[in-house]
Amino acid sequence: MTRRSALLVALAFGAAGLAACSGGESGAPTLVWYTNPDNGGQATLARECTEAADGAYRIETEILPNEADAQREQLVRRLAAGDSSVDLMSLDPPFVAEFANAGYLLAITDPAAVEALTADVLEGPLETAFWEDELVATPFWANTQLLWYRQSVAEEAGVDPAADDLTWDDLIDAAEATDRRIGVQARRYEGYMVWINALVASSGGTIVEDADRGADATPSMASPAGDRAAEVVDRLAHSSAAPGDITTAGEEEARSLFQSDAGGFMVNWPYVYAAAKGEVDSGALDQSVFDDIAWARYPRTDPDRPSAPPLGGINLGIGNFTQHPEEAIDAVGCITSADNNAQYMVESGNPAARAAAYDDPEVRETFPMADLIRESIDEAAPRPITPYYGDVSTSVQRTWHPARSVRSPETPEETDQYMGEVLSGDRLL
Amino acid sequence: MILVTAYPLGYALVLSLYRYRLTDPDGREFVGVQNYVTVLTDPVWWSAASTTATITVISVAVELVLGFAFAWVMFRILRGRSLIRTAILVPYGIVTVVSAFIWRYAFQLDSGFVNQWFGLGDFNWFGERWSSLFVITLSEIWKTTPFISLLLLAGLVQVPEELMEAAKVDGATAWQRLRKVVLPNMKAAIMVAVLFRTLDAWRIFDNPFVMTGGANETETLSFLAYRQNVTLVNLGAGSAVSVLLFATVVLIAFVFIKVFRTDLSQVRGDS
Repeated sequence: MTRRSALLVALAFGAAGLAACSGGESGAPTLVWYTNPDNGGQATLARECTEAADGAYRIETEILPNEADAQREQLVRRLAAGDSSVDLMSLDPPFVAEFANAGYLLAITDPAAVEALTADVLEGPLETAFWEDELVATPFWANTQLLWYRQSVAEEAGVDPAADDLTWDDLIDAAEATDRRIGVQARRYEGYMVWINALVASSGGTIVEDADRGADATPSMASPAGDRAAEVVDRLAHSSAAPGDITTAGEEEARSLFQSDAGGFMVNWPYVYAAAKGEVDSGALDQSVFDDIAWARYPRTDPDRPSAPPLGGINLGIGNFTQHPEEAIDAVGCITSADNNAQYMVESGNPAARAAAYDDPEVRETFPMADLIRESIDEAAPRPITPYYGDVSTSVQRTWHPARSVRSPETPEETDQYMGEVLSGDRLL
Repeated sequence: MILVTAYPLGYALVLSLYRYRLTDPDGREFVGVQNYVTVLTDPVWWSAASTTATITVISVAVELVLGFAFAWVMFRILRGRSLIRTAILVPYGIVTVVSAFIWRYAFQLDSGFVNQWFGLGDFNWFGERWSSLFVITLSEIWKTTPFISLLLLAGLVQVPEELMEAAKVDGATAWQRLRKVVLPNMKAAIMVAVLFRTLDAWRIFDNPFVMTGGANETETLSFLAYRQNVTLVNLGAGSAVSVLLFATVVLIAFVFIKVFRTDLSQVRGDS
């Protein structure tokens, strides 16, 4: 290729690129929505809300990495640089406080908009949407964990998890008696923090007090609730009910164990039900195993206190540097409407944040446990809401991993000391 | 040089004197050398340093022996030389993060075949520190032995053939020829290979990142710097870790060049 023809080719590509950048058919602003990976449900909502906007704006999606930590990293990098292309973002609830405190999220102050975006939202997720009394993120979908069990195993052990008063001790006894395992998430990652937080909250405690004070918060694991949580982890890790891979197990490892011959019980998100169903359809799982699966509310830590199930999900945040704040608020309202919540729940298996979605006939048909999910989300305990959430969570994960090393009261005391030093900048994470 | 090296290094030095987290801009304050004191008195730093040193020492030692054997094979083989050389060099052509995933899947409990092959049942390789380090180091050796053997091959071809012939005529055994003729004449090549690989191993990141995520005390110094700077956006302490990591790299290079008196010009053929 001569230099002249190369130049012509380069110019042609350049012109094509410019044409692509100009956006084409309409002058409507384009909102870029950074989504966590799913089965395409968010892209569908983006298309539908674009149509519903009737030319007022267009929504395009960009997919973030798989892991929640990696999603946060990419968003922090972009927002710290003042990236105005981040119009909308799917955000894990624990990161909301950090993002809001750093000035990365647009606070929605118009009372009518606040009312529209929060009406009918379940209590658990609603708590994670505010920072310093301002709405900074709108709950899009909410997640919670249930206790999944094999009916045959529960019968053999003589327990009734559906009675909702099953404790972790009962669960371990039942698994030991039937020589089955309990699937949990105890790898050193956020899922382990989810478990520990639920154990502590179910005993009426908190991992950190005055969490909103950030670096000045007070670690509070060394408490009867923290000790009780450590006892549960310690007991399970040293019992025959512990999975062989407890130190490296996440959601999928727990699910795989639960569906195997060693499976008896498991705490996990509702996606496992749809996943098992899908495996039956593809022939990877026996129908009899699927028929044996049942569900109940998250186990109690204390017999006298209702459990505080884990809370997960995704909130929709609006980037503070967006050039289209009004359109973005409108788009959030569309994406998180009760109808779209229901549609997304059916299509992606992710539970709705708005209560009304659970009355949708299709939702009720797809999720026979819909009422239990709604109740669990409503009464779920969020992880600490603090701008220093990463420090809090990693301090807990570091001191509680591996599960077999956990002791009561030593481990909670060690967590408090370590977390305190980390928050004051005297220790590394 | 100023743009790509001096400026980032200078900026990291400045940042390391502050308590500064990207997501808490109001909390920024000058703390002097406090970050360095914190890092150097923290067990997390020393744990990462010991993990890094363990991987470095074991992998470089094993690679040196293996690499020399491969270099010797590549040097001496007469038939199928291209095929053998290509086969030996294949692992080095694989992107490190890809090789890390391959090794992780091979040793993982659910998807791995290693336990099946060796009848190890439910042995969880990534569940404990030493077994994790074993897999990490093994994959490091598999991946980079070709590199060291290439450098050693370059040294081998520089050993004068007439010296070898003379030693043979004088009745020296193969072991004596190796010790008295080959190795002394390859000294510079060996030192360069060891220096390069030591610096490379000291900066190991991908394998622990992919295989264990730093759990069970398998976090290395590069991983620690990454976590402080990128994950926690704790730029003050993170910059201190980065500066100290840079200092250790300089120290290793200095020790190799000065203490072991490596004359790099010999390798370039200037002597």
